[in-house]
Amino acid sequence: MVNLTIDGKKIKVDEGTTILQAAEKNDIKIPSLCFHPLLEPYAACRVCVVEVIKKGESEIVTSCNTKVTEGIEVKTDSERAMKARELNVEMLLAQAPDAEAVQELAKDLGIKETRFEVKDPDEKCILCGLCVRACEEVVGADAISFNERGAERTVSTPFGQESEACIGCTACSFFCPTGAITVEDLLGREVIHDELHLGPSSAVRVPIRQAVPMVPFIDEEACIHFKTGECKLCEQVCEKEAVDHDMEDEEVKVEVGSVVLASGFKPFDAKRIQAYGYGRFNNVITALEFEKLVNASGPTGGKIRLANGKEPESVGIVHCVGSRDENYNEYCSRVCCMYSLKFAHLLNEKTNAQVYDFYIDMRCFGKGYEEFYHRLLEEGTKFIRGRVSEITDVAVTEKEEGKLVIRVEDTLIGAMRRIPVDMVVLSIGLEPGIDQNEIARVFNISCSQDTFFLERHPKLGPVSTFSDGIFLAGACQSPKDIPDTVAQAGAAASEALSLADKGTFELEPVTAEIDKDLCSGCQICVSLCPFTAITYNEEEGISEINDALCKGCGTCVSACPSGASQQRHYRDNQIFAEIEGIFIE
Amino acid sequence: MSNDKPKVAFYWCASCGGCEEAVVDLAEDILKVTSAVDIVFWPVALDFKRKDVEAMEDGSIAVSFINGAVRLSEQEEMVKLLRKKSGLVVAFGSCSHLGGIPGLANFWNKQTIFDYAYLKSPSTNNPDKIVPLEKSEVDGKELELPEFYDTVYSLDQVIDVDYYLPGCAPPKDLIVNAVNAILEGKLPPKGAVLSPNKSLCDECDRNESKPEKFTMTEIKRPWEVELDPEKCFLAQGVICMGPATRGGCGQRCITANMPCRGCFGPSDQVFDQGAKFLSAMASIIETNDEKQIDKLIETIVDPAGTFYRFSLPTSILRRKKMEATK
Repeated sequence: MVNLTIDGKKIKVDEGTTILQAAEKNDIKIPSLCFHPLLEPYAACRVCVVEVIKKGESEIVTSCNTKVTEGIEVKTDSERAMKARELNVEMLLAQAPDAEAVQELAKDLGIKETRFEVKDPDEKCILCGLCVRACEEVVGADAISFNERGAERTVSTPFGQESEACIGCTACSFFCPTGAITVEDLLGREVIHDELHLGPSSAVRVPIRQAVPMVPFIDEEACIHFKTGECKLCEQVCEKEAVDHDMEDEEVKVEVGSVVLASGFKPFDAKRIQAYGYGRFNNVITALEFEKLVNASGPTGGKIRLANGKEPESVGIVHCVGSRDENYNEYCSRVCCMYSLKFAHLLNEKTNAQVYDFYIDMRCFGKGYEEFYHRLLEEGTKFIRGRVSEITDVAVTEKEEGKLVIRVEDTLIGAMRRIPVDMVVLSIGLEPGIDQNEIARVFNISCSQDTFFLERHPKLGPVSTFSDGIFLAGACQSPKDIPDTVAQAGAAASEALSLADKGTFELEPVTAEIDKDLCSGCQICVSLCPFTAITYNEEEGISEINDALCKGCGTCVSACPSGASQQRHYRDNQIFAEIEGIFIE
Repeated sequence: MSNDKPKVAFYWCASCGGCEEAVVDLAEDILKVTSAVDIVFWPVALDFKRKDVEAMEDGSIAVSFINGAVRLSEQEEMVKLLRKKSGLVVAFGSCSHLGGIPGLANFWNKQTIFDYAYLKSPSTNNPDKIVPLEKSEVDGKELELPEFYDTVYSLDQVIDVDYYLPGCAPPKDLIVNAVNAILEGKLPPKGAVLSPNKSLCDECDRNESKPEKFTMTEIKRPWEVELDPEKCFLAQGVICMGPATRGGCGQRCITANMPCRGCFGPSDQVFDQGAKFLSAMASIIETNDEKQIDKLIETIVDPAGTFYRFSLPTSILRRKKMEATK
C-alpha cells in the first residue's frame, strides 16, 4: 500500500495505481478527455494535469499515467495546476472549437475564448488518439491512424480512402470523447426502432425480454472478438467474470427413461409476403416486435412509438399473416386472433390511436375469449372482415399522404377499401421448427403433413407418440396457446412420471428378429426401419434389431432379401403352413 | 481300374454344357478324382450306353452328378434310371438345382415355343412347316423322338435329390469340397445345398461401400453407367441380385465388375428368390410418388428374366398359367 495526500486528504491505495484512479476512488474529480478505463492511458489531452509535491519539489504531471509513490502530495486545483490546465484547454479550444466537451471544460475553467489561432471553427477532433488506440488495442482492426505530422495531423483511414480494414464496429465513435466521429446509418432504419433493437442488435444481448432463462448470449455473427480476435471488452467490464469467449457448444449425454419433446415453433417470416412490405416500411412491424415495443419493462417503457419517435394516430392489425392461406400455411395458427385482440386493447388503453383490425374469422374459442372480443367491440376498435391484399405507401388522396395504406376487400359491405394508417402490426402465424424432421428422426417419431410432430392419436393419444416413452408438449405438436400448452405439458410430464414410477414397461411380443447366421449384412433393412431399431454391426458384418425399439411393423421382414429377418410368430414357414392348411379338404 | 473304388456317374439334361466344362476345369484336380473313383457313365466324355447303366445293379453307383433341367421325356427316364442305380444324386449346377436359364421357357409352352422356333422366327426357312413329332415315318420306318414337355422342371421336381451344387456353373472349389465330403463320408443332412447359407453381400468386397442411407433413385443396366469397381452395384443404381443370392461363388461376377445375376439361388429360408429380391428392391426405392415409381419400373427391361433368371421353375410362380386346352 502507498500513502499519499490529495488536496489535503490522506489516502491509502494499492501500489501501481495512477493518481487519476486514486483520486477517482476517493471522489476527487480530475477532469480528463482522452482517458478511458478500458484503454492504456496515453496522456494526450493533458487536461488531467495536477501538481505533485515530492520531497519538497513541485512538479506538473498528467495524472492519468503517473503512478502514485509513497508520501507524495497531490494538488488538483492549486494555482500552478489550474494554470497549466487552463493553458491546455485553451489550446484544445483552438484545435477543436466545435467540440462540446472542450467548450464545457473551458466554461468550467472560465475561459471565454482562446488566444491561439483557430484553424477550423467546425473542428471537433482534439487529436487525442483514443479512437486510434481503440481500433488497434480493442478491436484489433487497425483501420484508422494519425496521418501527417505537427499542425497537419489528422485522424483518418490510410490516405483518407474507404478502407477494407474497417469492420464497421463503430468502436471509434463510441470511444471518441468529443463526438468528432459519427457513424453513417447505412441501413437506413430510423433511429427509434433501431434503439429498440427492432433493427440491428448488439452482439451481447438477451434474446427477448421474457426470455427464460433471463441471461444474455453472445451473437458470434455480430461480436467483434469473433471477427478480429481482440476486443473482449465485455469480459473486462463484467464484475462476475461470467463472460467466456472460448466457451463452445458441448454434447452432453444423459441417460433417461422417457423424453418430453417441447421444441416449440418458428414464427412465420413476414418478409415472405412481399405485398405486406415488411422490411420495406419501417412502420410495418410483426407481432413479436410489437410485443417488445409494448412491454412495460421494454426499451420504451411500454410506450408505443413509430419509427420517428411519435405516437401513432392510427394502427392496423392484420390477422392470419402466413396462416389459413394456401400459398403459405393452410392451417389456422390458433393464437393470432386472441393476441391481436390483446394488441388492439393495449393500443386503446395506451394511445389515442384509432385501431383497425383486419380478420377473416374471429376465432375466440377459449374461456373468456368471446367476452374479451365483445369488450373490444365496445372499446371502439374498427373490425374489418377481409384478407388484406396489400400494404403500400403510394398515396392516392391527400389523406393518404405520408401514411401506410392498407388495401382490403371488406366482405361485410362488399367493397374494396383503402385504409390509411401510421403503423401496421402483422399477426404472424406459427410454423413448425426448422429442424422438425431431424428431431423426428432422432426420436423415432413422425411428422404430420404440415411437419408438426404427429401424436399417437388425435383424440385418444394427444400427448404420446408412436415411440414409447416419447411425449409431446406445446407448439411442436401443433400451434397452441399458453393454456393448452400448459395442459399438454402437464399431461406429458405425468405420463413420463408414471413410466418412471412403474420402472418397467411391456414390449410387443410380435417383433422382428434377425438370424445372425443368415444375415449377410446387406443393410437394406437399416435405413428402412421407421423406428431406427436396426443398426449395422460392422465388426460382425450383420444387422441387429434393438428389441426395445422394434414395434413389429414388419417392414424389414418383407424387405430382407435373404430371409434373415423374420417376424416372431409370423415366420414365412408359419404363413405357408397356414396357407397349406386352408387348402386341405 | 479296381472295382473297390466308388463308382461315379455324370449326366446332362437340358443344359448348355457349361457344367461339363466345370468338371473338366478341375484340371489337375480331376486326376485326383479319377484316381479315387471309377467313372462308370459320362456321355459327354466316355462311350457308355443306356443299356450299360440298365445292366448295373440298383444302388451300385455311389453318386450321380446330374446337371441341366428336365425338359424332355428322355431326360426324365434317364434321371429316374440313374436315381435307381445310385446311392446319392447330386443336382449339379443352377439348371438342375433351380431350373436355370432353360426354366425361363416356363413363360411359354410347347406350342408357343415350337411355333416360334420352327415357324415364326425371322431366321426360319421352313416352307413345309415341319415341326418335330414324337413319332414320324421315314422310308416306311417309324422314328421316335422324346416328348417335349410344356414345362421345364428342376431335378428335384422329377426325382429325389440328395444334395445340390449351385452355380452356373458350380465353381471348382465347391465341386472339390463336395467330392471330398462324399469320399470321406462327411455328409451334411440330406437336401443341403453345398454352399454357405449367407447371401453374397456377406463375402462381397463392396459391402462396406454401402452408403448410410441405402436407396435407389434410378435403375440402370450395366452398360448404361461407367461402373465404379469398388462401389456397391445397387448404390450405383444397377440391379444386383447379391442380397437375395446365396454366397460361395467367390464373387466371380463382382470381381469382373458385373452385378450378381442370382445363379446360386436363394438362402434356405427363402421360398421365392425373385419375389424376395423384388420386395427388397422396392423397399429401397427412394420415392413414394406412384407416377415416379411407374416410370422407374418401366426402366427395368425384362423384369421376369431379371429377377427369376435362374429360379423360375422352383419359384412360387413355377410357370406362366397354362391355358386350359385339354
